[in-house]
Amino acid sequence: MSQDNSNRYYIILITLGLLFAIYTVSLFKLQVLDKSYKRKANENAIREKTIHPARGFIYDRNDSLLVYNDAAYDLMLVPNELRPFDTMELCRVLGLEIEEVRKKIEKAAKYSGSVPSLFKQQISKEDYGYLQEKMSEFPGFFVQERTLRTYPQPIAAHILGYVSEVDEQDVENDSYYKMGDYIGKSGIEKAYEPILRGIKGKQKVLVDVHNREVGPFNNGDEDVMAVPGTSIWSTLDMQLQRYGEELMAGKRGAIVAIEPKTGEILCLVSSPNYDPNLLVGTARPKNYGKLVTDPEKPLFNRALQAAYPPGSTFKLANGLIALQDNIINTSSVYSCSGGGYHIGSHVVHCHNCGGLNIYSAIQRSCNTFFCRAYYNILSNRKKYKNIDEAYTAWLDYMSSMGFLKQYETDLPYELKGRIPSAEYFDKKYNNSWNGNTVVSMGIGQGEAAVTPLQMANMLAVIANKGYYIRPHVVRAIGHRDSLNTQFSNKIYSKIEPRHFETVLQGMKQVITAGTGRGAQIPGIELAGKTGTAQNPHGRDHSVFALIAPANDPQIVIFCLVENGGFGATVACPIASLMAEFYLNRKVERKDLETRMKELIIK
Amino acid sequence: MPKLDSRNKLSKGFDVRLICYYLALVFIGWITIYSTCYIPDGSTPIFDFGQPYSKQMLWIGTSIVLATVILLIDSGIIQHYAYFFYLFCLLLMILVLFIGAEINGAKSWIKIGGFSLQPTEFMKVATALAMAKFMQEGKTANERRHVWIGQFALILIPVVVVMLQHDAGSALVFTSFIILFYREGLSAEFLLLCIIAAILTIVTLAFNETYSLALITAVFIGFMIANRTQKKKIHRNVIIYIVSIVFVFSVEFLYEHGFEPHQKQRIDTILGKTSDPLGADFNLNQSKIAIGSGGLFGKGYLKGTQTKLKFVPEQSTDFIFCAIGEEWGFFGTIVVFSLYGALIFRILKLSEKQRNPFVRYYGYGIAGIFIVHFFINIGMTIGLLPIIGIPLPFISYGGSSLWAFTMMLFCFIKLNDN
Repeated sequence: MSQDNSNRYYIILITLGLLFAIYTVSLFKLQVLDKSYKRKANENAIREKTIHPARGFIYDRNDSLLVYNDAAYDLMLVPNELRPFDTMELCRVLGLEIEEVRKKIEKAAKYSGSVPSLFKQQISKEDYGYLQEKMSEFPGFFVQERTLRTYPQPIAAHILGYVSEVDEQDVENDSYYKMGDYIGKSGIEKAYEPILRGIKGKQKVLVDVHNREVGPFNNGDEDVMAVPGTSIWSTLDMQLQRYGEELMAGKRGAIVAIEPKTGEILCLVSSPNYDPNLLVGTARPKNYGKLVTDPEKPLFNRALQAAYPPGSTFKLANGLIALQDNIINTSSVYSCSGGGYHIGSHVVHCHNCGGLNIYSAIQRSCNTFFCRAYYNILSNRKKYKNIDEAYTAWLDYMSSMGFLKQYETDLPYELKGRIPSAEYFDKKYNNSWNGNTVVSMGIGQGEAAVTPLQMANMLAVIANKGYYIRPHVVRAIGHRDSLNTQFSNKIYSKIEPRHFETVLQGMKQVITAGTGRGAQIPGIELAGKTGTAQNPHGRDHSVFALIAPANDPQIVIFCLVENGGFGATVACPIASLMAEFYLNRKVERKDLETRMKELIIK
Repeated sequence: MPKLDSRNKLSKGFDVRLICYYLALVFIGWITIYSTCYIPDGSTPIFDFGQPYSKQMLWIGTSIVLATVILLIDSGIIQHYAYFFYLFCLLLMILVLFIGAEINGAKSWIKIGGFSLQPTEFMKVATALAMAKFMQEGKTANERRHVWIGQFALILIPVVVVMLQHDAGSALVFTSFIILFYREGLSAEFLLLCIIAAILTIVTLAFNETYSLALITAVFIGFMIANRTQKKKIHRNVIIYIVSIVFVFSVEFLYEHGFEPHQKQRIDTILGKTSDPLGADFNLNQSKIAIGSGGLFGKGYLKGTQTKLKFVPEQSTDFIFCAIGEEWGFFGTIVVFSLYGALIFRILKLSEKQRNPFVRYYGYGIAGIFIVHFFINIGMTIGLLPIIGIPLPFISYGGSSLWAFTMMLFCFIKLNDN
């Protein structure tokens, strides 16, 4: 029988050969022709992790830390790796609703299947520990370490700015950012974002089937180290800033202090303000909402974004222009009588000061003197053909002292201020106007509105006797001695230096014998000017301008307290205390300090 | 008592090629097992008897001793004790039903100390020997009918016991004897019936019984029209039609009640009834990814990611082919194919040349076993067949299977030499 069937040997061989051929072809297709398995294998086993660099620190001018980083943990999700998991358990750990979890997963899947998406940011250290242990039960999830901004002092929120998650616009504008990244949204954080953020690193890790990281891929040869962000030294004096914020507590207004020689902003207080720590982490959206809806508008930076009538402090600028245009000289005398400056039936009130030269006019803040001087500037037909030309020349002087412009340094959202153009008045008064029509601007009222920063800058021009350096808030980058020189060019005003001596002399008299006597600090000669800015909406704003010491200015201070009344009553003592604190590093006038700190003006 | 045959020296004409294929496959097996256990940080010492690769070294050593002993004893002894061996293994298997340990849902292991023994593996070689002996003895033509019944029983008994152990994979291996029967005269019509039955089974499970019934009915009507003048054939057609319908319902019934849920799921997966890459066919998908990502030349020895990171289950035993495919690529898998092909063709060729029918029966028997193991194991890893847990001979980790396959092959080498 076996002989009969020996041909079956060949049938078996052929069948077997066919089977081998089928298997070989299948394998060839699987291994060589189909490339998708390579990709799938990588998606399986290799997780590309972004290493977020530590953001650069921010110090004050004396090396005190203003901003540093704290560790935080984000739960990330790779939708493609997601497998059924205990949703209730995850909800319980993270404190989320099941519906929220579903939405987050859908959103992540919409963004990308294979790129990790942020699932929940800043989970607590306890939750992190717990999740890390149970990671295998939540395939597709992993925890990424990040850093959070932390502010050891609850100050300078407006200047430091804040960091938050990028929005779609940011991602579109700069391919560096991925959804879930952080970016500086305002202040120094925004202006110096490319320096502070550092460079992201990349790490490829092997992940096993239980979603556990087991080690570097390819010995880490393809990894790219993250480069930490560069630290920044701010021009702020942390202690002065804190002191200013304490003094301004319970009041609305601003203090701007500048070191005139360098244009460095020593403090920039806007009150009311907020603790920058409120805008960090998971509490940010809630707190931000609260701050936005707060009727006191704590997010509003009054020092840069509020335009106030400058009040009598504006007389300093007008005095300088009058001197420069030879309208007056140091011996010119104007007489103040009859209750003030009369324009037809209208009177700009004053105190019947009698005959005054420029020094005593500043000292006593005489309205009549400066109205007359201003009128004469605008009526100077020897120099200017008509009112338009004269007024435009005056604007030009103003702008040379830093008004009507943004400094475009590293400050957030500056306002230009408002001083109308000649065309504006042409239109308003149908081409029939003269110096008297706009004379209230001669004493800092009327149409003029400027920012506290611009006023402080004007003081710097006076202190420097003719020039300013654009105010800025970052002093050094990378190292405390590696100075930030991009804003250090001097910008000269159109006023000759000798006229500043004159105005400074008048300002000294303000302190010694004039409206600003309350500013006196034993042992330090000061120069100052009070101001009372008329406020159509309520009580006048209290304004004070200070240069200290008068002969070797280290600091110029402009202080404005909304609804504070006379300049001498609130703004003057606050500016004086600031100067004392800055120059002496301590304050002797404790009573005054306490009174000012406790003063509440609503 | 086995007597040493002093005239038979090891060098005396044993088939060197088979021994070489054997050694090559065992070597490939060991280095692959080492690779699946390898941890890149360097803490993978070669001798660590908690690790499979070191244990496998022990199994390889003892297997070589076993092989040497087989080559030294008198070949008559093998034939003489064939039934005894068969009964012994059968008893062990029945014993397992009572004292066995359950691993992966199959109750087929006897635990002795730290080691586990799987009698089913030995049952395969025992059945091949017993079958060969039975067929040789029952060759007188007047007893043919009884011979067929006996052959059937020799297979059915272990299959029933294996099924009781919930080890469907091993049960399937016993179908391999069909190759032997075919060679020895099993009618082609019977084989055709088997193929039709297989098609009906697949159609029934892949779609549902309605499709099968429609198919049967269509074919039946076709034949009825073709044979409308031949009364005898009409009768036959009606009988076949009824039997087919009964068969289809039996398959459906067996599928619903005879399989574990996870086995059903695997069958569904391979038939394309479910597509859930993260659920039921996760293992199959991962297995394909591992092999598919190997490319032409592989990722390099010890550099596979899918197997090392345990994406592939059972990677040192049933799925060991994944590690080979991933690390050595198409090139490596072709080497393994060639070795198996050479081994199987060599056994078939030597069997065909044999004058002694006992050796031929035995040779075809074990060739069938190797063929079924090879194609089912590889087929499941590359998605051509459902996942059926049987080892890849000589390569997969495991003492029982290595010993049993060594015995199987070296008995043949020894018998072939006489």
